[in-house]
Amino acid sequence: MHVAVAETATPKELPRIGGVAGSDFMVDVIKTLDIKYLPSNPASSFRALHESLIDYGGNKMPEFLTCTHEESAVGMAHGYFKAAGKPLMTLVHGTVGLQHATMAIYNAWCDRAPMIVVGGNDLDAAHRPPGVPTFHSAQDINAIVRDYTKWDDTPVSLQHFAQSFVRAYKIATTPPYGPVAISLDAGLQQEPITENGEKLYIPRYVPTSPPQGDTGAVKEAARLLANAQNPVIVVDRAARTENGVRLIVQLAEALQASVVDQGGRMNFPTTHYLRRSPTAVNNADVITGMELSDYWGSVNAYIDNGEHGIGVNTSKIRPGTKLISISSVDLNTKSNYQDFQRFQTIDVQMAADAEATLPALIEAVKAAIPGDRKAAIEKRGEAAKKAFAEAAERTRQAAALAWDASPVSTARLVMETFAQIKDLDWSLVSSSGNVSNWPRRLWPMEKHYRWLGASGGYGVGYGAPASVGAALANRDLGRFSISIQSDGDLMYAPGVLWTAARHGIPLLAVMHNNRGYHQEVMHVQRLSNFRNRVASLGKDMGPIGTSIQNPDIEYHKLAESMGWWAKGPIKDPSELAPALKQAVAAVNSGQPALLNVWTQPR
Amino acid sequence: MRCAILAGLAILVTGSTLDGAAAFAASAEKGKAAFVRHGCWQCHGFQGQGGIAGPKLAPDPIAIEAFTAFVRTTNRAMPPYMEAVLSNEELADIHAYLQSIPKPADYKSIPLLNQ
Repeated sequence: MHVAVAETATPKELPRIGGVAGSDFMVDVIKTLDIKYLPSNPASSFRALHESLIDYGGNKMPEFLTCTHEESAVGMAHGYFKAAGKPLMTLVHGTVGLQHATMAIYNAWCDRAPMIVVGGNDLDAAHRPPGVPTFHSAQDINAIVRDYTKWDDTPVSLQHFAQSFVRAYKIATTPPYGPVAISLDAGLQQEPITENGEKLYIPRYVPTSPPQGDTGAVKEAARLLANAQNPVIVVDRAARTENGVRLIVQLAEALQASVVDQGGRMNFPTTHYLRRSPTAVNNADVITGMELSDYWGSVNAYIDNGEHGIGVNTSKIRPGTKLISISSVDLNTKSNYQDFQRFQTIDVQMAADAEATLPALIEAVKAAIPGDRKAAIEKRGEAAKKAFAEAAERTRQAAALAWDASPVSTARLVMETFAQIKDLDWSLVSSSGNVSNWPRRLWPMEKHYRWLGASGGYGVGYGAPASVGAALANRDLGRFSISIQSDGDLMYAPGVLWTAARHGIPLLAVMHNNRGYHQEVMHVQRLSNFRNRVASLGKDMGPIGTSIQNPDIEYHKLAESMGWWAKGPIKDPSELAPALKQAVAAVNSGQPALLNVWTQPR
Repeated sequence: MRCAILAGLAILVTGSTLDGAAAFAASAEKGKAAFVRHGCWQCHGFQGQGGIAGPKLAPDPIAIEAFTAFVRTTNRAMPPYMEAVLSNEELADIHAYLQSIPKPADYKSIPLLNQ
């Protein structure tokens, strides 16, 4: 009501609120779940819950973290989950705040990251104040995120809230993970508890088991794999935990099968001799895809260079190759916002969680391997070791190209960085932009948290907030966080830099500053070529509208102004090592640090 | 092999053009500017080192005939550059620039690549 007074300039005397606040009970509910932080941008529509959280709840479990943009708050929750394995909640203004948050929620949906998004809303049109609070209300705020959340609800009583919140947590954290939304009425938060003879209770949370593949399908998949001449395992978000990595290694070693890690998570050690590039599918006779976003794209190619401006589809695999899929996303499909690619016919398809299915699949594979195949499988492993060593040599020689170039080569950038962090318990929390996958090609990644994957929905603006969120989790776990931070990504909502400094979140952000929206540069160039026209550059290096230069943004000054240790711009690769040493020291002292490095495009 | 096939095909189709491209007194300096102006750097890097978006072009670029044929007729990921967009003279200059790029050090001599 105080906000109504301020916003409508219609002051009037309001009675004090008596009794126990409904939002205090909401805090009791929230505290039964393991939610450590609450990144949020403040808003009047959840003021009652906000007040209860910090005053009644003592600002602990969850601790309110001040964010400067709802997209940042959601992005932080996204990154936090991938480092900690536990979800956060956020509070947003139900209309404008949720609108700000949507792209980040979409990323979380596509990347299978659970979180609880609570939107404040003044439902009762006869009760809510006029003016801005009314403009900022809606009948169904969750409608704008319903296409990319697993579930949403609008509780109309405190008991309903208790059930909804525990249910929301349960749904979000059952594979396939995903964000959920709760519309929270301002009146329900603000009014005192009236139990009407029934005592309020908080349902007990019990985790739901993840879905496991059907026994018959598991056996058939095992039979195909055990008898294959050249089986290949393709993984994207298959390993949800460290145990998932171990299980994938076990399956691969049982078969001596090549593994293609698409990098949605750290699924398979980069140091393992069975790791292969995506071209490994070309000669496969059986392919197992686990939690793939795009099965079609894993076994087909699209060349954006066909006649009449239409691309050409080609197959990457041999005719008759048997395809197996284990993916929980098959249980989670929506109609409008599609989170699948072209239709791919699969021979054995399991709507199931890969990590939960792997133990049964491994046992079934071991049982299905014929005695006379064991020598051939062992031989396959010997050949794989030789091929892995040769590929590693080629990769390192490729990294040597343009080693001393200015702007700095992306290979040099990532290896100079690695030299400074390799003896720490590091975690690469994000790599926004595109550095030609050098970290996953050159850094030894053996633990699940060494690499947390990307945005999921390709929504630019994920990298900075997700890095801060993941660094928050890693801070509590004693890990050192590094992000490779692109320029375009940082400019979506750079205010998250302040949140990191404000809440003492140590993070080393090494910028891949190629001064452009490089993903888009070639799209325009491509169309200019198709149309036989010279691409107009204006005064920039890339086609008009794709560069971030003239003036060049001084990201180091931006970061410094928000409490970061920062340095730059670094254009000479020989200046990188000393600057990185200083930056690592700053991070080890608890401060976030940013190095603005001018880089090659990719 | 693919480049060789493409080169042969292009010579049949546009032989005089290829002769023209190869005939220019190429300038590596001008080629460096053209390499940037026409967006080659976007996928191949400023030194033609390549990356995830485009293959390595230098050092040791393919022969000018195969290079020209590919640029003019590619049906792969790279869109073709026709003469109206990129002249034969510029193409020859770009090739000269790529030829001027020195070989990298052996990775074994770079400590950071042997960590």
